[in-house]
Amino acid sequence: MTGRTKIYLYTRYERFWHWIQALLIVLLLLTGLEVHGAFRLLGFKRAVAWHETLGVTWLVLFAFFVFWLFTTGQWKQYIPTTKKLFEVIRYYASGIFKGEPHPVKKRPEAKHNPLQRLTYLGLAALLLPVQMLTGLLYWTYNSWAAWGLGFLSLEVVAALHMLCAFAILVFFIVHVYMTTTGHTLTAHIAAMFSGWEEVEEDEVQDWERARKGV
Amino acid sequence: MFSAIRPALLLLALLAVSWPAPPALAQVPAAPATDEAQGRVMARQATKERQLWITADHSKHEALKQPFTSGPEVTKACLSCHNQAALQFHKTIHWTWLDPSEPPDRKVGKGGLTVNNFCVALASNEPRCTSCHAGYGWKDKNFDFTDPAKVDCLVCHEHTGTYKKFPTMAGNPASEPTVFPEDKQEYLPPDWNAVAQSVGRPERSNCGACHFYGGGGDAVKHGDLDSSMTNPTKALDVHMGSKESGGQNFDCARCHTTKLHNIAGRIYSTPAAKDRKSLVQDDLAPKIMCESCHTATPHKSAKMNDHTDRVACQSCHIPEFARVIPTKMRWDWSTAGKMKDGKPFKTDGPLGKPSYDTKKGDFTWEKDVVPEYYWFNGSITNVTAKDKIDPSKPVRLAWPRGERSDPNARIMPFKVHRGKTPYDTVNRTMLVPHLFGKDDAAYWKSYDWATALKAGMEYVNLPFSGQFDFVETEYVYPTTHMVAPKDKALACEQCHARTGRLANLAGFYMPGRDRVTALDWLGWLGVIGSVAGVGLHGLARAFSRRNHKEDKS
Repeated sequence: MTGRTKIYLYTRYERFWHWIQALLIVLLLLTGLEVHGAFRLLGFKRAVAWHETLGVTWLVLFAFFVFWLFTTGQWKQYIPTTKKLFEVIRYYASGIFKGEPHPVKKRPEAKHNPLQRLTYLGLAALLLPVQMLTGLLYWTYNSWAAWGLGFLSLEVVAALHMLCAFAILVFFIVHVYMTTTGHTLTAHIAAMFSGWEEVEEDEVQDWERARKGV
Repeated sequence: MFSAIRPALLLLALLAVSWPAPPALAQVPAAPATDEAQGRVMARQATKERQLWITADHSKHEALKQPFTSGPEVTKACLSCHNQAALQFHKTIHWTWLDPSEPPDRKVGKGGLTVNNFCVALASNEPRCTSCHAGYGWKDKNFDFTDPAKVDCLVCHEHTGTYKKFPTMAGNPASEPTVFPEDKQEYLPPDWNAVAQSVGRPERSNCGACHFYGGGGDAVKHGDLDSSMTNPTKALDVHMGSKESGGQNFDCARCHTTKLHNIAGRIYSTPAAKDRKSLVQDDLAPKIMCESCHTATPHKSAKMNDHTDRVACQSCHIPEFARVIPTKMRWDWSTAGKMKDGKPFKTDGPLGKPSYDTKKGDFTWEKDVVPEYYWFNGSITNVTAKDKIDPSKPVRLAWPRGERSDPNARIMPFKVHRGKTPYDTVNRTMLVPHLFGKDDAAYWKSYDWATALKAGMEYVNLPFSGQFDFVETEYVYPTTHMVAPKDKALACEQCHARTGRLANLAGFYMPGRDRVTALDWLGWLGVIGSVAGVGLHGLARAFSRRNHKEDKS
């Protein structure tokens, strides 16, 4: 492993949150698509019951995520930027095929490249909240009239929930694929288990050079 | 790596253990010492074993020991003590055969001008039809509805099981042993003293004597009421099923509660109950609805209870009707009148039931019938012989009222009896045929529609152009008996599916059935596109890496 070094990138909580979230997304997608009539796996009744329980579990997990985000200041990792955004896009569109290095290095204080920042911000601030809101509304359909929400249409709420579900599924596919783009196919996934990510050493050398220059 | 994920797994395990399981798997006690659904607990509380007691032994009454030779004589003896009974009974549907909530001039009811697609109408055919009237002698339109002695107390109250009204004697039993040619059965005159001294509260066989045999035979009309309900097992009806089979052994009056001889139940456009109330909300409410005892939140699962506002219990809990005896589903009068060797004949069809009868036309019978589902607010519209019809489409002689936008309407299962029935092609009204009688105009005597229809319409004083044809007709019965054990109730996906039982009910979004087609296409296109995209990207990476290596070597 010459030319590379290990840094501790993902804390225990982050890893726990990430994998529970991944599990919940898979199960929510499976049960949700069954309720939607895409296939038959558990049977409608059990699919609905699991979807409800998983959905509420998700809300609790998300609440912990938001708490963690703001108490640790990690929300700053999600501030969007266009700096080097196009370099990253260009890297995935062509550079990656030529064996070029990734234009943005991972560091504990900057875990996400500009493309990831945009994607994760879109997820955490828009897609997931809309999915949670439409899911809650869908679940509480019978109370709409009592809550003064009688003007809502179940068809619209269900359609929005499906739209977000498809978007999450697309994200999931691409996200899982992107984990294979590390220096080995499983490098990123291993990092999400252990917390330690192997990064290229020259980054450290850069940093050291900067120190020397001071 | 594994040492690092161990705490995470521990947390996951903690979450899994401490978080409530999905409702279907939850073991939450609903009430002390039981894990039964609330609706069952409530219903059981509301229907504890009845300790009925009476203070009179009717076999000891001198009034019932006198010699009787006719029904009215027995009735007079009854009324000598129960002096309000006939006055009460005269005001009920069982006597008038008219819907009390419709305007009297519309004459809605089988005692009026209502037309069905079985034997069509009562008028001009009374002696045959009124064998099911709880009265004596309604043989024509001159029957005296005010005569207390004409009330038949026995048909509802006698307990010997031997009291039979002759099928064609206007509600009278035979006065001497007589064979009914239609079924070759011999009817004996009643042992008046025995039947009179046996009286008590109505039992299933009393109600069933008419309600199981409506339309002139067992299981013809309702589909959910036939002689199999006299002594059913729990598998056929959880409430009326015998104790041995695990049922509750209810008789009809257990739910069809009665006030002043008015028996709870739907009457044409009059709903069985005006408000949806349980006995907890009103202890004197009739027990006629499921909710009366089971409440509006009968299930363990909250999501299941979310259905009860718009889905009638019957929709899921009566998966099929006519589960023992086949019921008539189609009756085509237009083919009646064919002769074999110059004589009327019958053809035996499948299920041991006739498929053709010269007197009546073609029949279809079905067993284990899946109901049709419609929005229903408890009221049914009826067509009378005075109403204008549109023969370009099936005429809905009886049809459920209610729609999705009606907050009182729920999805309800129905038997729909279809047929072809005579109508006036000029006046565009349904016609009353004179079927039964010894006169030549009667269809069952001469098999001549023109004469029979003319006689029938003259009898009810309604115009007939002389031009007639047969029109498709539909007649509904709400399916409400034959409640199956809970493990036989419908599974969710029998409705929550692309082509489920509610496929034809429009106006609402139902998960599992409905979708925004364009969105689904778009979504799956996106999914396939992203799979293809990352697949191609991955392939390109694999190839470029190999080339890269080859270049180096």
